[in-house]
Amino acid sequence: MTLIVPKISVRDVHKAFGSNVVLDGSTLDVAKGESLVIIGGSGTGKSVLLKCVLGLLRPDSGKIEVDGQNVIGLNGADKMAYMGRIGMLFQGAALFDSLKVWENVAFGLMQGKGTPKKLAREIALEKLNDVGLAPRVADLMPAELSGGMQKRVGLARAVAGDPEIIFFDEPTTGLDPIMADVINDLIVECTREKGITTMTITHDMASAKKIATSVAMIYEGKIIWRGDAGEIYDSGNAYVDQFVHGRAQGPISFGQGQAQHEVQKA
Amino acid sequence: MNFLAPIGRVFLSFLATIGRLAIFTGQALGSAWHPPYYPRNILRQMIEIGYYSLPVVGLTAIFTGAVLALQSYSGFSRFSAEGSIAIVVVLSITRELGPVLAGLMVAGRIGAAFAAEIGTMRVTEQIDALTTLSTNPMKYLVFPRLLAGVLMMPCLVLLADIIGVMGGYLLSIHKLGFAPEPYINNTFEFLEAKDVISGLVKAAVFGFIITLMGCYHGYHSGRGAQGVGTATTNAVVSSSILILLSNYLITELFFAV
Repeated sequence: MTLIVPKISVRDVHKAFGSNVVLDGSTLDVAKGESLVIIGGSGTGKSVLLKCVLGLLRPDSGKIEVDGQNVIGLNGADKMAYMGRIGMLFQGAALFDSLKVWENVAFGLMQGKGTPKKLAREIALEKLNDVGLAPRVADLMPAELSGGMQKRVGLARAVAGDPEIIFFDEPTTGLDPIMADVINDLIVECTREKGITTMTITHDMASAKKIATSVAMIYEGKIIWRGDAGEIYDSGNAYVDQFVHGRAQGPISFGQGQAQHEVQKA
Repeated sequence: MNFLAPIGRVFLSFLATIGRLAIFTGQALGSAWHPPYYPRNILRQMIEIGYYSLPVVGLTAIFTGAVLALQSYSGFSRFSAEGSIAIVVVLSITRELGPVLAGLMVAGRIGAAFAAEIGTMRVTEQIDALTTLSTNPMKYLVFPRLLAGVLMMPCLVLLADIIGVMGGYLLSIHKLGFAPEPYINNTFEFLEAKDVISGLVKAAVFGFIITLMGCYHGYHSGRGAQGVGTATTNAVVSSSILILLSNYLITELFFAV
């Protein structure tokens, strides 16, 4: 039997802010080409886990590897090289508001990879077209776009550098159901055909069902369940059941612990 | 002994802030050695600091020069020393009031703008986005601003010196009835290069302080509108205080008896 190295490997990662433990031994593998959706309530450590894998936060202990290579505490050129292999769609799209739409999409190409301006613009227009935006949008400023359009531009920017891995932070939050579905379709379209590995955090079950090939549930800083997307509604796990059916009653209590996590996030 | 605990806590957090600030400065300056460089960002910030601050700094300087001439006239005429007005105006402006007042005005304008802009970028995750697009935010955002501040503040202050002296001149000639030629001769007779240069050195240091405080507080902004608001306030207050403090230290360095 050959040993398959997972694309992303997270081993026993701990992260605390002061006395507030957010990640308490999270362990997770993502295979190449897999689309993993991590579900969990607000303040359960989803965002922190994602930021640790992205290299924006440094875990207190544990291992995070991509293609068997450590990615914790990278600096300088190594960090930039790692960032060149990944893409990220932020919750609020995080477009640079001083730059035009096409400059946003081409930013990683021009600044990070030194692509000439003319070529970068062509690629940007192509990527905008992929997410269903007309060329005339390219010369607008991000503030002139609706939330849904900003998300699309963010998606175009995330895929512009042809990354191997893309991270999505609540891609559908704040969008109407139709626009959310459009974004979900685009995510599937932009990633699955190209074999891109994706890691998404969300609490939108409709979105999870659509884009996931597998699902993991995080609760109190630990991955408590992981399975195929199809198994999610009969997981046999009381926590997962409560979450996917959105019940107020169940093993997950929104009491003291929850409040503490919220304080950390604030 | 519990009453000692708050004192210790304040002292420790003060030291922690100094440490964070030192690391921040080190990272910002250290990021500048290797390419890519961002000449467009540097140029844009130079225009923002140098060109767009001109009206504010010019108005401050011209009124300050005029007031100086008026005040020294009403004081000096009591012991018939009106002849010294010109030199008092030019020395006060070049050594102290030019750099300090320009520094405080720019601290309000630029320090606040940088803290608000970078703070908003932090809150909306644009700084994280920069990192994920293989761009070092220190290098892309912070260093160009620091460099522009250090380069442009001396230029602004040199202009403030000229405009301030002109303010004193205009008032003395048109209001106090001085003759133009002796006034100008008096102005330059005792002026030394050191007077102007010390002011320009101050300006460069103030430029560094203002941009550093703006960037630092913005970069470490708390969440939401309130976080950005606090960052902006802190940037203006801390840069103003540091300007006055370093002004004393530099004066001591140049003119200690």
